[in-house]
Amino acid sequence: MRKQFVKTVSNIFLKDKKCVILLGDIGVYGFKNLFKTDKKRIYNIGILEQSMISLSAGLAKAGLKPIVHTIAPFIVSRAFEQLKIDIGYNKLGAKFVSIGSSYDYAALGCTHHCPEDINLMYNIPNMQIVVPGNSYEFDLLFKQTYQNNKPSYCRLSDYENKDSFKVKFGKANFVNKKSRTTILAVGPVLNFIYPIIEMMNINLIYLTTIRPFDKNIIQNLKSRKIKNLIIVEPFYSGAILSEIVSKHNLENLRVKVFSVPFKFLSNYGSKFQHDKKIGLTSKNLINFIKKISKNNS
Amino acid sequence: MPRTKKITQDIILRILQTAKNGGEGHVPSSLSILNILEVLYAYYIKKNGDNKFILSKGHGCISLYAILEKYKFIKNINTFCKFNSNFGGHPDSNKINGIETSTGSLGHGFPFGIGLAMAKKIKNERGKIITLIGDGECNEGTIWESCLLASHHSLNNLICIVDHNKSTNRALKVDDLNKKFSSFGWQTLSIDGHNKNQIFKALKKQQKKPFAIIANTIKGKGIKFMENNPEWHHKKIDKKTIEKYILETIK
Repeated sequence: MRKQFVKTVSNIFLKDKKCVILLGDIGVYGFKNLFKTDKKRIYNIGILEQSMISLSAGLAKAGLKPIVHTIAPFIVSRAFEQLKIDIGYNKLGAKFVSIGSSYDYAALGCTHHCPEDINLMYNIPNMQIVVPGNSYEFDLLFKQTYQNNKPSYCRLSDYENKDSFKVKFGKANFVNKKSRTTILAVGPVLNFIYPIIEMMNINLIYLTTIRPFDKNIIQNLKSRKIKNLIIVEPFYSGAILSEIVSKHNLENLRVKVFSVPFKFLSNYGSKFQHDKKIGLTSKNLINFIKKISKNNS
Repeated sequence: MPRTKKITQDIILRILQTAKNGGEGHVPSSLSILNILEVLYAYYIKKNGDNKFILSKGHGCISLYAILEKYKFIKNINTFCKFNSNFGGHPDSNKINGIETSTGSLGHGFPFGIGLAMAKKIKNERGKIITLIGDGECNEGTIWESCLLASHHSLNNLICIVDHNKSTNRALKVDDLNKKFSSFGWQTLSIDGHNKNQIFKALKKQQKKPFAIIANTIKGKGIKFMENNPEWHHKKIDKKTIEKYILETIK
């Protein structure tokens, strides 16, 4: 998604004179050509994330449209209060795009992991949250969120879905089958979900916008009398569960979450080794679906 | 130049009454910046003007409210800190005309001001961004991050006034702020933060670089029994406090 990020954002930058790009000394090489066009609107601002975010709020207050980019933990965890007050509470429309989601930087260790990003951002009431599954979806979603004047967080991953949906900001995609079991999959997890959907003939809700949360999801679960909902999300659980379980009375709905467990991941290696260790695998998911199918029959 | 003692005393009285009504407020921290605000709003900050002001040390807001009321940016601050009030214990940009950003958590307003100053450069706009920070606020890392940014981007449209009332000394001394700002590539000037002539002249100074005005102030200035007395930092103001102040001014 990195290349698409550069492409999409560069196109916006060249068309919109209000667009200002702030890079936290990350992804700078990708924008090398843009630095030759309008130096006053693109900055490698340095390694000072708190001030970068407050600064972006000042730019937005003055009517500009900042796009801020660095590695996920340094935007979200390190500078959370700046996001909360300067951006969220002030209602300023800066756009934050992170790279290195969850444990994409597996080999770099825990300091560079950020499975907490979605939950933290969810705790900022005005923050729009987008989790594209691949480059195509990033392009569609980012262009839509850029148009609105609200703060937004977009989470890039190095691991892309092979299949794409024609996604719309604020809308989920539905693949309805004759089943009372639905998998709600978020962003870049489709590669192992899609074969299961086909093989086991169960429903899919594919979600790329977490806030605003699509009300059609609840409607779909109710009208189709879904008995088992399996949420598969590549980060700490909480935000989606809150939208579905805490805010709605869904009788007889059993919810199971496959997500990143609430613990520090201290191994290195690859993203896929971490997936296996924490159980985010098709084998686990298939076994679980078989088990609940047996119980239901 | 609002130089008469009487005008300042009237504003101090308004601050005390406001704090008493609300049962809240950091009065001494507000008083150390009052003279600076008087000069700023008499000469530099106008409604919809080119210059913008940010009170980064948001807890000094009762002075700012009193001044904004005096210059008709806002009306009736008597509701200070009441449930439905627009005027809380820290200034809120969603509610108050003339507040650029909501401050209160220290170290936010200054880098926000860097963004405003950079925006002026990008948009080729006139005017200056004036931020006021506390010396205690200088404990925050974002202050020094912002100093680096302002210097690197040659923000000669940015002024940072430091309310150097030395209250931070009890925790973490900041010592020679002139030297510190100079070493970050800033133009600096030390002044008496209660001498309105010096404040006026400092703000008029030509600047080629970002400019730090180190305003040496007294916490609680204008009320003798509060001056440099830490007991009053967040102490409630009651009727007796106001009477004591009135007696003091008559003497």
